[in-house]
Amino acid sequence: MQAMPPTQTLLEFRNVEYAIAGGRKLVNEISFEIGQGEMLVLLGRSGSGKTTLLKLANRLLEPTSGEILVSGRNTQTWDPIQLRRHIGYVIQDVGLFPHFTVERNIGLVPSLESWPSEKIAARVRELLVLVGLAPETFIKRYPHELSGGQRQRVGVARALAADPPVLLLDEPFGALDPITRSEIQKEFRELHHRLGKTMIFVTHDIREAFLLGTRIGLMQEGRMVALVTPDEFLKLDHDEARAFAGCLQ
Amino acid sequence: MKVLEFMWADRFEILQLSAEHIFLVFVSITIAVAIGVPVGILMTRKPRLGRPILAFANIVQTIPSLALFGFLIPLPYIGGIGTRTAIVALLLYSLLPIIRNTFTGISGVDPAVREAARGMGMTDTQILRQVEIPLSLGVIFAGIRVATVIAVGVATIAAAIGAGGLGMFIFRGTSMLDYRVILAGAIPAAFIALAADFGMSALERYFMRERRS
Repeated sequence: MQAMPPTQTLLEFRNVEYAIAGGRKLVNEISFEIGQGEMLVLLGRSGSGKTTLLKLANRLLEPTSGEILVSGRNTQTWDPIQLRRHIGYVIQDVGLFPHFTVERNIGLVPSLESWPSEKIAARVRELLVLVGLAPETFIKRYPHELSGGQRQRVGVARALAADPPVLLLDEPFGALDPITRSEIQKEFRELHHRLGKTMIFVTHDIREAFLLGTRIGLMQEGRMVALVTPDEFLKLDHDEARAFAGCLQ
Repeated sequence: MKVLEFMWADRFEILQLSAEHIFLVFVSITIAVAIGVPVGILMTRKPRLGRPILAFANIVQTIPSLALFGFLIPLPYIGGIGTRTAIVALLLYSLLPIIRNTFTGISGVDPAVREAARGMGMTDTQILRQVEIPLSLGVIFAGIRVATVIAVGVATIAAAIGAGGLGMFIFRGTSMLDYRVILAGAIPAAFIALAADFGMSALERYFMRERRS
């Protein structure tokens, strides 16, 4: 599909740096904007800084310099708790609480926001249907009673629970077998089109990046070396881009 | 069989002393939990406090129990002869396993789960109450169980400072060189320890029901 031009900017990074003790920069001079409904895929090798970049957006990490704007406001002026509830967060496998049922896991943020319990219950059912799981079958199960693919669906449902405008996804499908992975990727793409949420999606899998991304941000050693549409990506004159494109054959 | 006959003849005194024994253990463990669990949690929040607190609890644990009772007698307020001193001594003994297990249990929660909780927008208190404590309950309970079983054993020495309990029989038996009298204290004490262990594991199962296998 074609890249949509950024309409309303929901998330913006301005000259953001993140250095660890000793001065090594895990994220170096990064600036970009993401508009309403975009899916930006951060592609890069392990240790290229993509997860770090993601965690800067919901203030799990604080930038060393530069600023990050969410819904037009500098994240430093947000209350971090409110900011995180405004942003859905999906991580690989471990993200579900093992001692909560599917229902409590999905209803977590609404319950933190003190929604009335009938409203939470209705929302949980709606979301389970949305991610393709039958509510009656799954609502009372614990995460260990689910398959890997089902757990990731629940993870996506949980991130959507309080209807956040922005979603951050950190290799959400990384631990799945190839067949389940491919199914859930396609479903997830449909879901993204239907909901029109703004998303940042971290992966090291170029196929996944091409399938899902409206734009691809290529990360290398803490820098974003390219930010292009999937079509443009193949024409890039850059070693790292060619290395990734080579994996497509 | 002589032992059983002897115990039957003394059944009322055995019951009386068992009740005192259980009282000593129950009171000291309750206070130890009330102090130890919050201290263990505090240590996970203020790592600098961790080392000195654990060192203190470790040192207390290495003091021979008879000596600890002796040390406490001359102290004002908490010391003296009798039940109160015994409870303080048992409390000090019970603290280490409870503090250590609370600290280890909560520190042992998968950092990824904790980070997911933060990423969801949970506050520190919510993470503690809804995630960290429930997930480390098994380890915390194991600490309380160990502390209880140790306290049942150590409480036999409380008789030496006039706090009663089944130690009365054991001390009496050793001075009389009569094994029946010793066993009249030791057998019920062993039963109390087993019952406490069993009771604690039942309580643990109750709290951990519906939990992941």
